[in-house]
Amino acid sequence: MTPKRILMQGNEACVEGAIAAGMRFFAGYPITPSTEIAERCAQRLPQVGGRFIQMEDELASMAAVLGASVTGVKAMTATSGPGFSLKQENIGYGCLAEIPCVIVDVQRSGPSTGLPTSPSQGDYMQARWGTHGDHPVIALSPSSVQETYRLVIRAFNLSEKYRTPVIFLMDEIVGHMREGVTLPDPRELIINKRHISYHDGANKQCYAVPEGEYVPAMKPFGQGERYNITGLAHDVSGFPTNNNQIAGALYTRLMEKIDRNLDDIVRVEEHMLDDADTAVVCFGGTARAAMSAVQQARAEGMKVGLFRPITVWPFPEAHLRARLPGLKRILMVEHNYGQMLLEVQRSAADRVPVSFLGRVDGTVIPPDDILRKLREMEGNAHAK
Amino acid sequence: MRYEMRFSGSGGQGVILASVIVAEAAVAAGLEAVQSQSYGPEARGGMCRAETVLSRERIWFSKVTRPNFLLALTQEALDRYAPDLAEDAVVMIDDALTVPKGLDKRQVLALPILATARDKVGKLMTANIVAVGAVNRALGLFDQQALHEGVRLHIPAGTEELNWKALDAGAALVTDEQAAAFARPLE
Repeated sequence: MTPKRILMQGNEACVEGAIAAGMRFFAGYPITPSTEIAERCAQRLPQVGGRFIQMEDELASMAAVLGASVTGVKAMTATSGPGFSLKQENIGYGCLAEIPCVIVDVQRSGPSTGLPTSPSQGDYMQARWGTHGDHPVIALSPSSVQETYRLVIRAFNLSEKYRTPVIFLMDEIVGHMREGVTLPDPRELIINKRHISYHDGANKQCYAVPEGEYVPAMKPFGQGERYNITGLAHDVSGFPTNNNQIAGALYTRLMEKIDRNLDDIVRVEEHMLDDADTAVVCFGGTARAAMSAVQQARAEGMKVGLFRPITVWPFPEAHLRARLPGLKRILMVEHNYGQMLLEVQRSAADRVPVSFLGRVDGTVIPPDDILRKLREMEGNAHAK
Repeated sequence: MRYEMRFSGSGGQGVILASVIVAEAAVAAGLEAVQSQSYGPEARGGMCRAETVLSRERIWFSKVTRPNFLLALTQEALDRYAPDLAEDAVVMIDDALTVPKGLDKRQVLALPILATARDKVGKLMTANIVAVGAVNRALGLFDQQALHEGVRLHIPAGTEELNWKALDAGAALVTDEQAAAFARPLE
C-alpha cells in the first residue's frame, strides 16, 4: 500500500521528523514563527515516552537540552531570532563540550523582536558566528515541508555522528507553510545511534579519541560513571587545563572533525546547471521563488540553473567552485541584506561576477523580481 | 492553471481553517496544494488572511500575489484585498458587505454566509465551513469525498454531523445559474 499523502505544516513536519530520528526531549520557550514546534512536541512527546518542558526562557531551554543530551537522550529546542540570540552562549558550551543536540531556528524578520510573522533569512551568519570563539558549525536549511521531515532526521544523525550541536535553519516561509507530504515508512529511515562507551574502569579518559579519529565516544551521565564536563578548555579526562598544547590540540580537533568530513556533511541541490551560463544561488524557502524564476527564464531561452545549498554551514564551497568554469554570472537571492552572498563571492573569487537580490521588508521575493533581475543581468552582458 | 486563493476576515472567524480545509481536500483529491497565513500579533479581532495555492503541477513559489479567488467576511478585509485581484477573479463575500467601487459586481458572489451559519446551522462559528461548502459548489473544485476528508481531518471528533450540515447549507446558497457562471474547475 502506498503511504497516504496528507497536508502538514513545516513546523509540524520538523517535530514528526525529529521524533522519527529518536528525539525524546524538548525544552523551549515558544516564539513565533516556531511556536507550532513547541505545541506539537507538547502533544506528541508524551505519546512516545518522551518529555516536553517549557522553560522560563531561552537560555534555560538551551541548558536543559544540553543536560538532557548528556544523559543519553536525543534532545531538541526550537526558537526564532530573538530566542536564537539568547541560546548562543550555551550553543558554544555544546560545541566545546561536544554535546549532540539540534537547535531549530525558524527565522523571522529584523533584529530584536522585528516582524514576528514575516519571512527572513537574516540569521544565516548568526548560525555560523552567533556564539563566540572559533568553533565548528553544521547548519541545514530545508525548502519544503517534505524536505523538512527528512532533513531534520539528517540533522540529528550528523549531530550524533560528530558530537556537535546542529542548527536547523528554517524560515517563516517553510515553517508556516502547509503542503502535501508522504511520511516514509520508519523502517526505511537511517537513524544514527549515539556512539556510547561504558565502563573503562580506572581510565577516566572521557574525551580520549583513538589515533586517526576525531570524535570521542560518549558516556551517558547518570548511569554509573562519574566524569567532568566543562566549558573550559579541557584534557581527555574532561578537567580544565591551561596547558596551551592540550588546549590547541582540542580546538584543532573540534574544527577538523567537521573540516575533514565535508564530503559526508555537505549536500546541495542542483537544477539545470549542466548547460547553464547563469546560476541562481538560493537556500531555504526563498529557493522556491528562485526555482519558479529559473523555469520561466528557461522558457524565455535563458540558460539559467539553480544552485541550492542544503547544508548551509559549512558553505558548499567545493560544489560551487566545480560549477564556476561553465558560468558567466551568478545571482545570489536571499531574504537579508547579503549574508550568504559573502560566501558566494569568496567561493567565486574574481572568476565569476556575483550579483545580488535581497529583501528585508518582511515581504517575500516573488519570482517576477528574480526574473527581471536575470533579464537585466543578461541584457547588461549583451550590451558590453 | 494555478489557483491563488485568498481567505480573509477577522481573527476568530476561522478563515485560516477554511483555507487549510480547501488545501487538505485538494491533497485528498490528488492535487498539489500549499497553504499559508498571515496575521498580526493579536489573535482575535485583528484582520486575518490565509492563502491556498492549488495546481495539478508541483507548486514552487508558494505565496499568493494575484489572487483569482477572494473570500471576504468583513468589510475591512474586502476593502483591503479587492484592489490586488487578478482580472478574472471570483470574489465571494458575506451579503451584509458593500461592494467597493472599482470591483465589477459581476465577479462578486454575495451570499448570506454568516446568517446561514447562525440561523440555519444554528452556530455562528460554523460560518467558515458554510463558506467552504459555498466556495466548493461555486467553483466546482472537489467531489464530496475529498471535501469531507478535508473537513474531517480538521474538526473535533463527534462534530461531523454539524459540519456536514454546514457544508450542505453553504452549497445550497449557490444557485445552479451561479454555479454555472462562476465554475473554475482546476485544469
